[in-house]
Amino acid sequence: MAAVGEAGGDPAPGVLPPDAELVARLRGGDETAFAALLDSWSRGMLRAARAYVASDETAEDVVQETWLAIIRGIDRFEGRSSLRTWAYRILVNLAKERGVKDSRTIAWSSLAPEDFGPTVDPSRFQGPGDPEPGHWRRFPAAWPSAETEVVSGEARHVIKAALADLPHRQRVVITLRDVEGYTSEEVCSILDISAANQRVLLHRARAAARSRLEAYYATSASAAGVRR
Amino acid sequence: MNCDEFVELVTAYLDGTLDETTERRFAGHLAECDGCDRYLDQIRHAVRTLATLPDQSLPAQARDRLLAAFRDFQRP
Repeated sequence: MAAVGEAGGDPAPGVLPPDAELVARLRGGDETAFAALLDSWSRGMLRAARAYVASDETAEDVVQETWLAIIRGIDRFEGRSSLRTWAYRILVNLAKERGVKDSRTIAWSSLAPEDFGPTVDPSRFQGPGDPEPGHWRRFPAAWPSAETEVVSGEARHVIKAALADLPHRQRVVITLRDVEGYTSEEVCSILDISAANQRVLLHRARAAARSRLEAYYATSASAAGVRR
Repeated sequence: MNCDEFVELVTAYLDGTLDETTERRFAGHLAECDGCDRYLDQIRHAVRTLATLPDQSLPAQARDRLLAAFRDFQRP
């Protein structure tokens, strides 16, 4: 994730000082420190907020409100979590309030019906009467670009649409974990959910994203006349 | 391990949260099943694609307003 500054040299752009120093500088009104924080967290915050609310504009409002709450509340930060987790909890609470107004929010404490059941269509596996029950009927088809690190713009478009169609909580979790690169511990702490539930939500969201890419690659392969 | 069990464990596997026995069964199946090997690769590919989504940034006006709010905040 964040690059490491060279020892003894100037810190690389985008690298923030440790929390204790950062907090002291914010409390002291150091505008440079605030600007650095603003520039390094706002993008991730926008994306996380967007997972709760219905429009980019509302997400921007939520992020601005979050920053104002940080400015007003930094004196009360006790260092029991990282500054980033603390900031994201504020964000999530504000986003949830807006989400209620957008009537899109569901309780987080327990899993919903959409969080259960197989993530891969059971018909893709052999049944009880088949030679190898529980094994693939046919292997998933190879993807043209899966072996390379290159991600096409179109694939990105597909995955973005897949995210938009996910059930709300799955979208929030996969956004924080896979788009923003937060650890499982951070996500559990920000959202106040158990590690097990977090994993269920992430797993279902990833399976859905994979399945959309699969459909996309199948279409683009047949369109290009690729033989298998 | 069967393939239909394998596909439900990939996230726990990638997070390193499978118990030892299950992880061994998972790795054993992975070594002998090309279909599941491919499935796992495709999940990884999806995760990589997610990580490349372009950022939306805060509009300059909003950034300026927040900097001003920070500057003007009355500190005790």
